[in-house]
Amino acid sequence: MALQTSLRAVPVRDREDNDKYLTFALGREHFALNILCVREILEYEAPTDVPMMPNFVRGIVNLRGAVLPVIDLAVRFGRAASAPTKKTCIVIIETQANGEPQVFGTVVDSVSEVLEIPAAEIEAVPDFGMSLRTDFVQGVGKVNNKFVVILNVDAALSMDEMTSLVTRTAH
Amino acid sequence: MTHDPALDTFVNESAELLSSVEALLLRCESGAADPEIVNELFRAFHTIKGSAGLFGLDPIVKFTHVVESVLDQTRAGRGPISAAAAAILLECSDHIGSLIRKATTGSGDSGALQPAGDDLLERLTAETGFKVTAGKSAAPQTPGAGPGAVVAAGEKCWHISVRFNEGVLKNGMDPLSFIRYLGTLGSIDGLQLVDDALPPLEQFDPECCYVGFEINLKTAADKTRIEAAFEFVRDDCNLTILPQEAPMVDFVQLIRDLPEADGRLGDLLIRCGSLTEKQLDECLALQARLADGGGEAPPIGQLLVENGFVKSDVVDAAIQKQSDARSSKLARAKEGPTIRVDGGKLDQLIDWIGELIIAGAATGAAARQAGLPVLLESAQQMARIVGEIRDQALKLRMVQIGTTFSRFRRVVRDVSRETGKNISLQINGAETELDRTLVEGITDPLTHLVRNAIDHGIESPEIRRERGKPAVGMVRLNAYHDAGSVVIEVSDDGGGLKRSRILAKAIERGIVAAGEPLTDEQINAFIFEPGFSTAAEVTNLSGRGVGMDVVKRNITSLRGTVEVHSEEGQGTRVCIRLPLTLAIIDGFQVGVGDSQFIIPLGLVEECVEITPSVEFSQAAASGHMSLHGSVLPLIQLGHMFEIRQKAVRRQSVVVVRSGGKRLGIVVDELLGELQAVIKPMSKLFSQLRGIGGSSVLGSGKVALILDVPGLLDHSLELQRAVGDPRRPSVNHNFNAA
Repeated sequence: MALQTSLRAVPVRDREDNDKYLTFALGREHFALNILCVREILEYEAPTDVPMMPNFVRGIVNLRGAVLPVIDLAVRFGRAASAPTKKTCIVIIETQANGEPQVFGTVVDSVSEVLEIPAAEIEAVPDFGMSLRTDFVQGVGKVNNKFVVILNVDAALSMDEMTSLVTRTAH
Repeated sequence: MTHDPALDTFVNESAELLSSVEALLLRCESGAADPEIVNELFRAFHTIKGSAGLFGLDPIVKFTHVVESVLDQTRAGRGPISAAAAAILLECSDHIGSLIRKATTGSGDSGALQPAGDDLLERLTAETGFKVTAGKSAAPQTPGAGPGAVVAAGEKCWHISVRFNEGVLKNGMDPLSFIRYLGTLGSIDGLQLVDDALPPLEQFDPECCYVGFEINLKTAADKTRIEAAFEFVRDDCNLTILPQEAPMVDFVQLIRDLPEADGRLGDLLIRCGSLTEKQLDECLALQARLADGGGEAPPIGQLLVENGFVKSDVVDAAIQKQSDARSSKLARAKEGPTIRVDGGKLDQLIDWIGELIIAGAATGAAARQAGLPVLLESAQQMARIVGEIRDQALKLRMVQIGTTFSRFRRVVRDVSRETGKNISLQINGAETELDRTLVEGITDPLTHLVRNAIDHGIESPEIRRERGKPAVGMVRLNAYHDAGSVVIEVSDDGGGLKRSRILAKAIERGIVAAGEPLTDEQINAFIFEPGFSTAAEVTNLSGRGVGMDVVKRNITSLRGTVEVHSEEGQGTRVCIRLPLTLAIIDGFQVGVGDSQFIIPLGLVEECVEITPSVEFSQAAASGHMSLHGSVLPLIQLGHMFEIRQKAVRRQSVVVVRSGGKRLGIVVDELLGELQAVIKPMSKLFSQLRGIGGSSVLGSGKVALILDVPGLLDHSLELQRAVGDPRRPSVNHNFNAA
């Protein structure tokens, strides 16, 4: 327990970046995710279809020799998939599952900007009134008197949960 | 413990030596009486002892020393090693293995292993009847005895003079470790550091060794043994070993040969305790007289003989040593010149070659597009060379399966003892090669299968006699190459699978409906279901959490398949089929709609073009077509994978074969051969059926690699569904076609 607390108090990665968030759009909604999980942002290119997959799995892409699964975040969040436009991007995200890093590509309708949201401006997840599963949300940040939902990517892109969904569809 | 690469080498080498020791001992146990075995055993233990001494791993040196001495005496007695002695020696080699692990991982002290070790040695000496502490050839284990201890019976004082060459440190040798090792042979009563060769500070190179030692050693070991302590630096030092009672003329020779000033050296010798002052005076006088004679001093060998120093046992030992060296040189010559390479480096090389192939394919595509003949030609030339490099690099990572197989001799021996059955292991195809990464993955499943064969397969000696079988049960390991894959078989001549019981259990567990028509193979396959075991099969193995389902999962994760053939009362044969490599395959590219798939080329038998016709669509809907007069099951890739297809003028059927079964895969386009670099897919797709992996095409796009055995299973299921009206749909997409 003591170890965990100390790990949280001194993040391995640069602390200064820790309150920077990438905001992006899915349909008309805006979300943010901590910049530390973002590896890079790619121009949209149609991924290779993988058959017998649930809708939220768009397929696989080649990122400099590594083959990555591509997740449609909108579908994962229970929204309708939108057709790709010029602004559509694939955001490469690294999550942690059981202590192992997992890398995904995620399709978003557009990326907006990188915002600085101090920890003091982030509120806990409200118990109700969210249009998203509460465990996918890390908190709600206040930026210029507007609210932006900050995602908990480890939960939203949980390898275990998605694998079991995939398995159910494939059989 | 600090990480020392040299120590890693020691651990690896010892592991190799111990496994060869194991193989040799198992031969002894089965009655082989080749005297060369004893020699080889001796050499192996001797090398382990020597290397352990270099690292100051005293418990290992101490234990191995006794084992080595027993072998040395066995060798002198020219007798073979009895089966009982070999059994104890096997345990000894295991013990050395655990001592090495203990010492090198630094986990706990080796003291905990001491009682077990002492017990083993006691049994060993009792069994062989050889005394280790007495006798001239064996050194007493008195590393704790300090200087000044009385000279015990058989002990002698020796003078050792050693000057290390400058390069010793660069070669990875630490002079101190040799001194430390000498300490294990007896007691060092006097030691003088000779630092005369130290250059002035400005010329001093910290990576060079400038020192030498004059040592007075009290030991029962003979000259060859002391010399052996310096085996690793023999070419890198100037070494003289003299018994203290050696004639003066030898000391004269020593003093003359060494670079230091004569007076200085004499002084050192006195301080060392090897010479008295009076002796030194005599010595110098003798030297003067020899020098006055004007002629050359007689060669040292002649002096030795003249002075009656050379004794017959020394000559014997020297001859023995020479023949040892000869035979080990012969063995080495047979292996050919080989080098040791870190496996990780090979893996990296192959990864990069994979990238090179993809880049090469992109260049080829660009050249075709540019349409420049010169460019096209050079791109083709490069592709050919890259293909050669790929084959060579993959070959580098190929290892013979024999090493893995022979490990099972021990498993068979141990398990047959545990179960009280008499089993012999027969190995075929030990020279069959497969990728190193696969070998690591199949060891566990194979161990499980071999244990299973002995434990469940082979009957007790009584039952075997009743059934009229030979009392000795037979387990066979066989390996061979077949159509781009490696087949490994584990078979036994035991009782075989009881299919009626398996079927009953499968029905009871609801895996299959009663009355369903099933082939023998399909029934056999139920043993791979998770948690499947019939009551009669439960023994000590089923409690270990490793079942046949784990065996199957391990093999599937290596892109392999496993099937069981069994004849009740006659035995069981488990057949594992693995790809040759997990890295790069020759593939055949096909297109369905906008998607592209790769079929492993080794599995493709032929391609048949078909024109759309009423007959064919009917055939496709029924899942069969007739080809060369026989029935070929079909799979429509587009329907199965729900791919949106344009109306195409003609389709093709790719006929694939795996594990003796054939299947036709209906595709829209044939796109030709390519080298496919297999890329691991995310864990997300681990349960995906019909897809075995992915590969990056020259265009940068990803194509999926078809899992042919998986598709075959799928088509079998379809056939069952089609043939059985009660289960109308296993795959509705297909039936909708």
